[in-house]
Amino acid sequence: MRSFTYARPHDLTQLWREHGPDAAYIAGGTNLVDLMKCGVATPQRVVDIGALPLGGIELDGDKLHVGALATNSDLAAHPLVVRHLPMLAQALLSGASPQLRNLATLGGNLMQRTRCGYFRDIAMPCNKREPGAGCAAMDGSHHGHAVLGTSEHCIATHPSDLAVALVALDAQVSVAGPNGARVVPADAFHLPPGDRPDRETQLAAGELILGVAIPLEAAGAHSCYVKVRERASYAFALASAAVGLDVRDGTIRDARVALGGVATTPWRARAAERVLVGSAPGPAVFGRAADAAAEGARPLRDNAYKVELIRRVVTRALTTLPDAPPPAAPGPLSGEPT
Amino acid sequence: MPEATDEPGKEPRAQPGHGGEGTADVDGDVEVEVEMLVNGETHTMRVDPRVTLLDALREHVGLTGPKKGCDLGQCGACTVLLDRRRVTSCLTFAVMHRGREVTTIEGLVGPDGALHPMQQAFVDHDAFQCGFCTPGQIMSAVALTDEGHAGGPDEIREWMSGNLCRCAAYPNILDAVIAATAGTAGSAAAPTTTTTTRER
Repeated sequence: MRSFTYARPHDLTQLWREHGPDAAYIAGGTNLVDLMKCGVATPQRVVDIGALPLGGIELDGDKLHVGALATNSDLAAHPLVVRHLPMLAQALLSGASPQLRNLATLGGNLMQRTRCGYFRDIAMPCNKREPGAGCAAMDGSHHGHAVLGTSEHCIATHPSDLAVALVALDAQVSVAGPNGARVVPADAFHLPPGDRPDRETQLAAGELILGVAIPLEAAGAHSCYVKVRERASYAFALASAAVGLDVRDGTIRDARVALGGVATTPWRARAAERVLVGSAPGPAVFGRAADAAAEGARPLRDNAYKVELIRRVVTRALTTLPDAPPPAAPGPLSGEPT
Repeated sequence: MPEATDEPGKEPRAQPGHGGEGTADVDGDVEVEVEMLVNGETHTMRVDPRVTLLDALREHVGLTGPKKGCDLGQCGACTVLLDRRRVTSCLTFAVMHRGREVTTIEGLVGPDGALHPMQQAFVDHDAFQCGFCTPGQIMSAVALTDEGHAGGPDEIREWMSGNLCRCAAYPNILDAVIAATAGTAGSAAAPTTTTTTRER
C-alpha cells in the first residue's frame, strides 16, 4: 500500500483545510482500505471524517434525515426505517455481512466503487480506473455486469443495495464543499459511464456527502426489496428490485420501481412506474411493468440472463408486497396522504 | 477476484505530512500514536497510518487470535468486537480507532481461565476442522447473541454469513451456536442438545 498522511478533523472548517489534491475521505474504510490494498486507490492523504457530527438519524417533518456517518446496521435497525421504509431496511440487511455493516456508512455506501474484477486488477485495462485504457470486461468475464446504462466504454455494475432503495424513495443527497452546500436528487447523484466512466458521481473535488433526506410517503411505507444472488447471503446482487406502491380505492396512485445489480448506476425504472400508476394492482399489470423495467437493456454474450432476471425480480417484488395497508405515518404525516 | 496484498513496511517511508496547525487532530509524522483498550488493558503503540486494526492487534499488541484470512473483508476470520460491535478488523485502519475498546478471542476467557460458553460450545460440538476461521466464528457468534439474532437455525445462518469456513464445518458451527444461545433469543426455541441436528 502506498504511504499516506492522515488527518482527523472535528468540524467542516478543519475538514476543508485538511483536504487537498490526492486526498481521500474515509469513514468506515470497508471499501477504501480494500482498494488501497489492491493498488486501485492511491491517496497521498487520508482524511478521516469519523469525528464529524454526521451520525444522526432524525425525523424532521415528513422527512427522515440520515447523516453520512450513520452505519448500515444502525440505519437498518432504526424503528422509523423498519416501520415506514421497509424497502430500505431490507436493502441494507441484504448487503454485505453483519461485521461489515457495523463499519460501513451511508456516505461510504453511496461512494463505493464497482466490484468489476478488471477494475480491481491494476494489471488489466479499465476505462474507469484509467480513461482510454480500454475495457477488458466487454469481451471478458462479464456475466455479472450491467445491461442497463452501459456505454461502449464501461459496463461495470454499481454494487449498492442501499442506493437502489434511496433512488426509489426520492431521497435527496446533501453535499458540501469549501464553496458551499447543495442538494442533489439521489436519482441524479450517480453518473452513467458514457465516455467518462471514471466520473462516477456529481461530487466535485473536495465535496463531501453530509447526509440524505428521505421523504416518508405511502409508496415507501408499502414497499419491499428483493435481491437475487448466487448464494443465499453475503453476495452482491445479480439483480434486485426495490418496489413500493400507494394503492387507494383499488387504484395504484404512486409507484416506485428501482433496480440493482443490473445497471451502471442505481437504476430508477420510471417506465415501469408509468405502467403501474392508474391501474388496479394485479398479475397482468405487474407483468407489463416488469417488461417495461427491462426495456432498453443491452445484454452482452454472458449476461443476457439478466434481462429475464429483471422481469422476474420486479414481478416477484410486486407480488411479494403485503396486501395490508402500511402503518400510519408518524407525527405530521398521520393525516390523509396527499 | 484478482488481488494483491501488500505487507506494510515494504515500501518507501511515508513523507512528512502537511497540515498540522494544531486545530485538527492531525498527525503529519510517519508514525502515529494509537492508544486502545484491548481486552481490558490499555495499549499504546506507534504505528504507520497504513496499519490496519488487524495488524495492530497481531503485530503490535501481540494477539494472534484474530486471523488474517483473505485480508479483504470477505472471510470474517479477522472479526473482533470494536466498542462491543463486531467488525472486520482488516478493512479499517488502527489510527481511526484511537481511544476505543477492542475485544479479541483472547478477551473472552474468564479471569479464572475458564472458556467463554461460546468457546466451550465450539469444543463440545467439534465446530472446526483446521481451526483457522474459529476465532472469527466465535466472535461473530458472541456478537450475534448480544444482537438478539439467535432466533433459530435460519436466522443464525444469515447472521453468521460473514464468516466463511473453508473446511465447511458449518453444520457443527451451527450446532454450537444453537447450543450456546439456547434461551437467549426471543423467538424460536433453540434445541439444547444436538443429537438430531448432528446427524445431517
